[in-house]
Amino acid sequence: MIRKLATRRETLLLGALLLLLAVIATRFPGFVAPSNLADVFNDTAPLILLAIGQMVVILTRCIDLSVAANLALTGMVVAMLNVAVPGLPVAVTLAVALGLGAALGMVNGLLVWKLDIPPIVVTLGTMTIFRGTIFVISGGDWVNSHEMGEGFKAFPRAELLGLPMLSWIAILALAVFSLVMTRTTLGRAFYAVGGNPHAATYTGIDVGRTQFWAFTLSGTLAGLTGYLWVSRYAVAYVDIAGGFELDVVAACVIGGISIMGGVGTVWGALLGALFLGVIKNALPVVNISPFWQLAISGSAIIIAVAVNARAGRDKGRIILKSAEHAT
Amino acid sequence: MLMQAGSDDNAQTLTGPVLSLDGITKTFPGVKALDEIRLDLHPGQVTALVGENGAGKSTVVKILTGIYQPDGGEIRVDGSARRFPSPQDAADAGITAIHQETVLFDELTVAENIFLGHAPRNRWGLIDWPRMRREAETILRGIGAQVDPDHPLRDLGIANKHLVAIARALSIDARVVIMDEPTAALSHKEIEELYELVETLKAQGKAILFISHKFDEIFRIADRYTVFRDGQFVGAGLIADVTEADLVKMMVGREVSQIFPKRSPSIGEEVLQVAGYAHPTEFADIGFRLNRGEILGFYGLVGAGRSEFMQALFGITKPSKGVTKIDGKIRVIRSPADAVANGIVYVPEDRGKQGAITALPIFQNVTLPSLARTSRRGFLQLAEEFKLAREYTRRLDLRAASLDTPVGNLSGGNQQKVVIAKWLATQPRVIILDEPTKGIDIGSKAAVHDFMAELAAQGLAVIMVSSEIPEILGMSDRVIVMREGRIAAEVQGDDLTPETLVRHAAGI
Repeated sequence: MIRKLATRRETLLLGALLLLLAVIATRFPGFVAPSNLADVFNDTAPLILLAIGQMVVILTRCIDLSVAANLALTGMVVAMLNVAVPGLPVAVTLAVALGLGAALGMVNGLLVWKLDIPPIVVTLGTMTIFRGTIFVISGGDWVNSHEMGEGFKAFPRAELLGLPMLSWIAILALAVFSLVMTRTTLGRAFYAVGGNPHAATYTGIDVGRTQFWAFTLSGTLAGLTGYLWVSRYAVAYVDIAGGFELDVVAACVIGGISIMGGVGTVWGALLGALFLGVIKNALPVVNISPFWQLAISGSAIIIAVAVNARAGRDKGRIILKSAEHAT
Repeated sequence: MLMQAGSDDNAQTLTGPVLSLDGITKTFPGVKALDEIRLDLHPGQVTALVGENGAGKSTVVKILTGIYQPDGGEIRVDGSARRFPSPQDAADAGITAIHQETVLFDELTVAENIFLGHAPRNRWGLIDWPRMRREAETILRGIGAQVDPDHPLRDLGIANKHLVAIARALSIDARVVIMDEPTAALSHKEIEELYELVETLKAQGKAILFISHKFDEIFRIADRYTVFRDGQFVGAGLIADVTEADLVKMMVGREVSQIFPKRSPSIGEEVLQVAGYAHPTEFADIGFRLNRGEILGFYGLVGAGRSEFMQALFGITKPSKGVTKIDGKIRVIRSPADAVANGIVYVPEDRGKQGAITALPIFQNVTLPSLARTSRRGFLQLAEEFKLAREYTRRLDLRAASLDTPVGNLSGGNQQKVVIAKWLATQPRVIILDEPTKGIDIGSKAAVHDFMAELAAQGLAVIMVSSEIPEILGMSDRVIVMREGRIAAEVQGDDLTPETLVRHAAGI
């Protein structure tokens, strides 16, 4: 019962995703082969990771535009660290990426919480600051493949049970965040704060602090993705993942996460990201110009929002007894 | 109205009311805000509109200014029926209102504020700035305001903003000026200046509707009065013919017709003691004691600082000073979480906005403030949550297909039960109910009153903030009256009469 209600939106999106795959399969059956789908999933893993974090932030009626810049800055820092200390264990690199990402997220969170600045302004500002910082620390230089250690580059590609580590990390994040969102008091607080901040205040939930934790989680995932991105593509420079924050927000919106806050699930974020990932990977193989990809992604966003808005539209006051439990 | 022929008719119009409301009715879902009321405004005279909070004064103002449409009755201007489908239509008929809280634009200049929407135009249809400035200056000088028309409004003090609002009202060549508690934010000297201004407007033949809770000013400047009570017309006449006592009696002198639950309060030991609560701008010197099983009423006019104090007590705003003792021990309450942990809960006035989280299911709403009990080290125990939610929804007789139903899919009455269940599940010691029956129908009111009596009987200490005198009198064991951010009186026993409460609340 609870699953059915909570995932109705997600079921619809899953249907749309399967339909999309079916249409692609008619023109290029090889696309839906399990190995190719695994590749698509792996390719979409960074988007999934960031979308999960963004979902938490959007749930609390905020937005985090700094995720891609956070990713790029953290990626540059761990790449330069790897150059400076060649033998650094991957575990340490991961810890640095997670820690730095979290710290950058906390900066956003603190500005929103303590100074009460609108999140869109805060993260627009930090986005620019993070990018600028990359230029300052790197002097505008690239860190190239040959400068990076083998262990550093190998980690996201290392295979376990046939899947690369990058995919496993996305799966792990999905599992952990699904647990956090549905089974912890913090997860419940995210929904409460976004659903009705006034009511949340009266029940003893600190709205600002809850938003702070949302930004921290988003930043942590962005930092983690920063390392994975830089090591996978084996290059770090100022502009990596430029504009990627918009894909992330788009994935959330397509995934049924209400931009008004309070509504959304980890699975929605996953499906939204996969939807965009499938479009991005499928269009070239079915010979559709990449320019169409933008138009299709854009249409998907608008359709998703329209469908969600229709579903969520106020059906008026419930006065009729018979209408009370009909949904 | 009798129609008379020829010149007699003209004479009648000249001396008769410029504006009349006849049999105006306005209903909101579940509440009859106005029930066939009458109101006449005469040129060159000040009519005071008197009534308790909730008597329907603001609704009348909104109908006169075209914000609300009446469901029945007639508005007559100069004897002919008119309708005001929009605020612009009311302004065209020469009706203007100066509101309690001035509705002006801080970022625009004084002249722009005065002429917004009806600025003088030059021959190309563009705003004629020199003329606008000139005319603004003339109007401002006319009301004795020392304000530069080119100054941005945000730099002005509250009194000068008020003068700009009045200038705006005059700029549309109003025949009827509505002043809704115009002196609420003014100092003594500014009030005197306002009185002079009112005299000027009277001399210009404008009809003035003056809404005020302060009897001294009503008797100082009003020529006529009209009294409303519970949305009904009670009486009207010349101020010279009545005394303060007469007006108070008309305002409150009803039979207490509602039936309140019979209680035999068994008042126990002291639970809560509050001392020296103060806030820089909202309240000062608030102190009282509260016992188990007691219902303590907080009465006062709107804006007396009751809700503001309650929010400070609950930890939402920070008081500058004040001590809270629970069971005789000092407790520091810095946040709502502290308050809930110490057994104080607050059911706010605006339950729609501040009550339920409609996207979440019933059980999650009910357990939200009790998550500390239904979780282990930050992890939720769903079975515990359902148990708690089931227990309290059952106690409140909440009928829902499933506890998974989102609260948004419930009717208003059931949503309210969810909110109450949520608070009871925290097992509070003190429950603060802010306007618990505001805007709900008589039947639901009785249910809320019964429930409140039951809470007290179970040993809870109840604080009830209410602006309704019958409710305060019918439910409270003791009443604290607040006025202008301070405790004006603590009333109990035989002193609990409508007259005493109104007298303390209005400061007469």
